[in-house]
Amino acid sequence: MHGRPRKPLNPEGIEDKHSIQKSNELRDLQSQLLRNHHNKIYTTEALKLSSKLLAINPEFNTAWNYRKLFVQHNLNSSQANQDLIKSILDQELEIVEIALTRNCKSYGAWYHRKWILNKGLSSLDHEFRLLDKFLKADPRNFHAWNYRRFVAALKNVPEEDELKYTTEMIDLNFSNYSAWHNRCAILSYLLVQKAQGFDSKEKVLGEEYEFVHNAIFTDPDDQSGWFYYFWLLDQTITPDAPVLVSSWPVHSSDLILSLDGRLDGCILSPCTTYCTNKGYFPFILYFSENVEGVNSSSVNIKYMFMKNEDISWEPLSTTNARYAKAWVAYLKFPDERNHSLKAYPVEVTVGHSQGIMSYSRSNYKFPSQFSFTVRIDEGDCKEVGREEFVWLDDRFSDEATLEDLNPMLSFDRLLIGQANNTETSDWQMETIVSQIDLFRKLNDKIGKLALARLLIAHDAMMSYDSSSTHKKVNTEEVLKLFTNLMKLDPSRSRYYKDQHSLIAIEQALLKLFSQREYSDMKVCLYYRDSNARYEDSLCVGLNNYSLSRIGSFEYLLWVRVLDLKYNELQSIEGLEALQLLSCLNLSHNKFRSLTALEPLRLLRSLRVLDISYNEIGLHSIDTSRYLYSSRLSDTIVTICENDVIEETDCPETVLFFKGLQLIQLDIEGNAFSNEKFRGLLVKSLPKLKLLDGEDVN
Amino acid sequence: MGELAAEKHVQYIISIEKKKDSFEAVAMEHLRMNGAYWGLTTLDLLGKLGAVDQDEVVSWVMQCQHESGGFAGNIGHDPHMLYTLSAVQVLALLDKLDVLDIDKLSNYVAGLQNEDGSFAGDIWGEIDTRFSYIAISCLALLHRLYKINVEKAVEYIVSCKNLDGGFGCTPGGESHAGQIFCCVGALAITGSLHHIDKDLLGWWLCERQVKSGGLNGRPEKLPDVCYSWWVLSSLIMIDRVHWIDKDKLAKFILDCQDKENGGISDRPDDAVDVFHTYFGVAGLSLLEYPGIKAIDPAYALPVDVVNKIFLRKKDSV
Repeated sequence: MHGRPRKPLNPEGIEDKHSIQKSNELRDLQSQLLRNHHNKIYTTEALKLSSKLLAINPEFNTAWNYRKLFVQHNLNSSQANQDLIKSILDQELEIVEIALTRNCKSYGAWYHRKWILNKGLSSLDHEFRLLDKFLKADPRNFHAWNYRRFVAALKNVPEEDELKYTTEMIDLNFSNYSAWHNRCAILSYLLVQKAQGFDSKEKVLGEEYEFVHNAIFTDPDDQSGWFYYFWLLDQTITPDAPVLVSSWPVHSSDLILSLDGRLDGCILSPCTTYCTNKGYFPFILYFSENVEGVNSSSVNIKYMFMKNEDISWEPLSTTNARYAKAWVAYLKFPDERNHSLKAYPVEVTVGHSQGIMSYSRSNYKFPSQFSFTVRIDEGDCKEVGREEFVWLDDRFSDEATLEDLNPMLSFDRLLIGQANNTETSDWQMETIVSQIDLFRKLNDKIGKLALARLLIAHDAMMSYDSSSTHKKVNTEEVLKLFTNLMKLDPSRSRYYKDQHSLIAIEQALLKLFSQREYSDMKVCLYYRDSNARYEDSLCVGLNNYSLSRIGSFEYLLWVRVLDLKYNELQSIEGLEALQLLSCLNLSHNKFRSLTALEPLRLLRSLRVLDISYNEIGLHSIDTSRYLYSSRLSDTIVTICENDVIEETDCPETVLFFKGLQLIQLDIEGNAFSNEKFRGLLVKSLPKLKLLDGEDVN
Repeated sequence: MGELAAEKHVQYIISIEKKKDSFEAVAMEHLRMNGAYWGLTTLDLLGKLGAVDQDEVVSWVMQCQHESGGFAGNIGHDPHMLYTLSAVQVLALLDKLDVLDIDKLSNYVAGLQNEDGSFAGDIWGEIDTRFSYIAISCLALLHRLYKINVEKAVEYIVSCKNLDGGFGCTPGGESHAGQIFCCVGALAITGSLHHIDKDLLGWWLCERQVKSGGLNGRPEKLPDVCYSWWVLSSLIMIDRVHWIDKDKLAKFILDCQDKENGGISDRPDDAVDVFHTYFGVAGLSLLEYPGIKAIDPAYALPVDVVNKIFLRKKDSV
């Protein structure tokens, strides 16, 4: 029941006479229809009864089915001649029209009409006129729009004509999201097809910008044109093809590997050593968008100790997707021990043969080439020190110098960008610049949001220019706009806050890598704890940044210690790319559930985790329950082989920890961390030594 | 802000059964199975499922099953996916799935899948992503998802995705919050949410909140309590629900209560019905309103019911 005013309740069960009569009549019609249906009675009288019923209650679906049976019955009958069939079908179209006049949103009625027309025996001439009537009464009736697309396809109406129809509808009243939607769908199709008159994206988009500006600037509060505008913007700025944005190891680096088994996951000198007892090191490629098809034919690796075809690539994805931004291959350590300290080259070419493809089906088309060297260092690793990693501020000192970070500096777009030579056409830049000028004049919410997105796009375009890498000139203005929007549109403040965080973290990381403005930032510090296992590790600290969301993972692939405590994070989507990460502090954030930490399960090197003082177990609704691979579909999940667990325990909790190789874990200050649970944890994590700072043995 | 008049709503739902004679009640007889699902789920969320005669409900539900295996909206009507899911949900709610001939039922549902992965609503062939959701949810609850081509089913849903991030009934159809729930729900259940641009869709969805705090289903439409479910559950499944003002939404829903006679309406001071009563209470459940059981955003059943179906101790399987 929609939009009907509430009336005072009738005294117990007493309806007025008229109403009783009406409902009795309807009840009789409905039961007679069912009787006729069951007994397969298709007399004229029985059919009339169903017409009468559908005119009153078009939602009575079985009556439509009954009529379909009637039509079939007649079409199949031996006496069927063309005139008879035509009159039967016309009669159906007529009753549909009557039913739609009663309820223009009746699924059953609209479908009955489609079913009749699909027989291919009726004229289609009347259909657009009928639609005009219904779309005039309600220009947003999505049933009618769906039906219009159906008829247009049936009549082979050219897309261009339907595009014109949306122009007419929008000219009548621009506040018609349905028309904008259809325009977007048709135009996007015509652009992809490069249909005649639509082969110049520049020209087409230019006209569309003009068209949608009228709507937005006439009434900036009306949302109808917003989404269309942002679609145009997206069409203008999105690169045609995915781009490789970073890797680990980086180009021209010298990686020192240690096989010393005692130092599983050791993280000594910051950027270019890797110790593991596994005998493999990760090689990570990070793309600008989700791609598929990274394999030994699309990526060629020349390396003495492994044949290219033996190298297997995996998408770093928390779902079953074949797509990911980050892809990893694990490469063998050099096995010629005698030649330690000899550097062996690894030469990589990406995308010289086809295969890497974005989710939107565009091919990677910027073949690039780079190389690094690896050598084994047997003697240099230290004795195992204290296992514990202490997250206290006084353990972190001595900011990393630019020289320390130098090995990371060459990884980025500077190198790959040149190879990519992503050309930003003049018209794209000109469009963005003129849009920026235009939207500076609009002080409404949508004006500010559009401006922020335009400025971000502008910076992104500039960064394809290799000369200006690491400079994002608009950052401060964008941050200010989002801060402003939080106040202007408080209901959605956390949307703007998330956008703000993504820009803020990028800003912090870019400053880290740039010479200027560096001194005031303390983002990258050494861990000083003499004789501890992790002594001299380089730690990226983004604590106390008021971040509600993180991103910019392409700058962080090398990071092994990451401190994100005292933020407002509730998600770590994308963190799975950081394959070297050993120690992670997520304490004092807003994580609501363990499922939100699912990306951690892909981090093979993770040993130290602090998730204390979050909101885990506090909420009845888990907002990340379905975000990653669903466990709640076909299979019955079995939990825990021992008897410790009760029905009341959250089984997902145990499932989560089972896959991790943690040595140190902090969970206190969460609703779920009771004694019983801690006992269970110790059982699920055989390598665990410290739980909330206490020895588990 | 008013409190939830839980007791009144329970009484209202129980009283509906006694008002079978009104014109509205007669006009809605064909979807009584949906009504049973809305009413009983509301009662369960409010902890009052015991107020109905459960055996009577089960017996009536089973009388609605057609020889094809599908369920009708009422006794003697034709079967349809819309009512088949409600029947399964009602039986799940009452922990009575074992009364079903599961293979017969799941063959009916699986038999409605088309070559392109889409699903028909019944033998007459109407296609809609609503039916894709129904098939996937229904078969998952019965542990029979393997009976359909899930990959193709997902592919078809993705073909209905729009450039605003939302989904329509069929390819090219306009995005609509109800349709978005169906598609996001189906993708969630099949572990396929990576097909969704969560930021794009999340922004479209959070812009459904209007000044009064209520949510609409499409741009420039009026708010309606039912979208508290469609929009909110979708936002939760893609983990973007913090992008709306939850307190304002809770207030809007509470303002739509008929505090005197029970029930919740689409907008304040409109006539109440069981559909909006369910969506209002379910919405409040998603908002973690105290005293209401938690509901699962994908299956639209209480979390404990869903957990019971999917998470079991090894030895009890």
